[in-house]
Amino acid sequence: MHEISLCQSILKIIEQQAAQQNFSCVKTVFLEVGRLAGVEPDALRFGFDAVMKGSMVEGARLEIIDVSGLAVCLRCNNRVDMKQRFDACPACGDIPLLIEKGEELRVKELEVE
Amino acid sequence: MCIDCGCSSEHVRVDNETHFCGSRRVSIEMDILASNNHYATINRQFLTEKKIFALNLLSSPGSGKTTLLTQTIYDLKESINITVIEGDQQTANDAERIRAAGVNAVQINTGKGCHLDAQMIGHALKKLQPQDCSLLFIENVGNLVCPAGFDLGEACKVVILSVTEGEDKPLKYPDIFHAADVMIINKIDLLPYIEFDLGRCIEYAKQINPEIEIIQLSASKGDGLDVWCGWIQQQQLLLLKGR
Repeated sequence: MHEISLCQSILKIIEQQAAQQNFSCVKTVFLEVGRLAGVEPDALRFGFDAVMKGSMVEGARLEIIDVSGLAVCLRCNNRVDMKQRFDACPACGDIPLLIEKGEELRVKELEVE
Repeated sequence: MCIDCGCSSEHVRVDNETHFCGSRRVSIEMDILASNNHYATINRQFLTEKKIFALNLLSSPGSGKTTLLTQTIYDLKESINITVIEGDQQTANDAERIRAAGVNAVQINTGKGCHLDAQMIGHALKKLQPQDCSLLFIENVGNLVCPAGFDLGEACKVVILSVTEGEDKPLKYPDIFHAADVMIINKIDLLPYIEFDLGRCIEYAKQINPEIEIIQLSASKGDGLDVWCGWIQQQQLLLLKGR
């Protein structure tokens, strides 16, 4: 359940950006979450509402942009749609594969006022 | 949703011309863990400059981390200066156990938090003031999930698994075994009494992390502690020589 502290980091980023980009109220937070990032979207939503209470992000909508996992096998160069970390290569059975996408955990964009 | 600008308000076009909308989109593109990684880099620079060898100890609760740590301190404290950062949700019990072993320790209580982060370590280092060329142990909160994603600025991550936990832990909690440099299999003196497939456990760990170093020991009985302490001394020597 480190989703709470991730939400605290999100709030910190937003508060820093508010001063730089001149906004005082956030209506939507667009978050990129990779499927291999080890984060549970439901727990993130739960933590989000709790952490944002009393801040400029209170009541904002959380829009999670799902990023699917993509990895490459170093033995056979096969590109693999990775469902979970440490899956073996479906072609040659080699592990571990080199993850190219799916570990994202970033605040992409905000809708602000 | 507003059909003109895509904002979440329900704006109505009044005069067919002007769309008034107070909201706008701002691009952020920032990694959520960037702040932790920033503090971790500062810690790593500090530790490297002072040639302090820092180990981040990770495990589930009850694996014998604190016992391993106190035994390691008894074996090494004559030859090297040691300090400890203890992480727990509550109580200062562990830091007291460590101080009783004769070294300086700082307790961090994370409260509701499930892991230590790099900023907490930065504050603890200021309090501890570890000596140059010393050894620093960071005992993380007992948890095999959350600490995996938080770099503290340490030189090595050490994951401790006891034989009473089941050999498939590396498969069940792959992130932490993937992030670790060393896996310690603790409580091996209990092997004759329980069903634990040591070979399988090692195989699973290597499957997740082929580079992982594996040390088997019993912290309470002392078997294998010399191998572990030898490994620490060897790594520390490499650091002092500037590897």
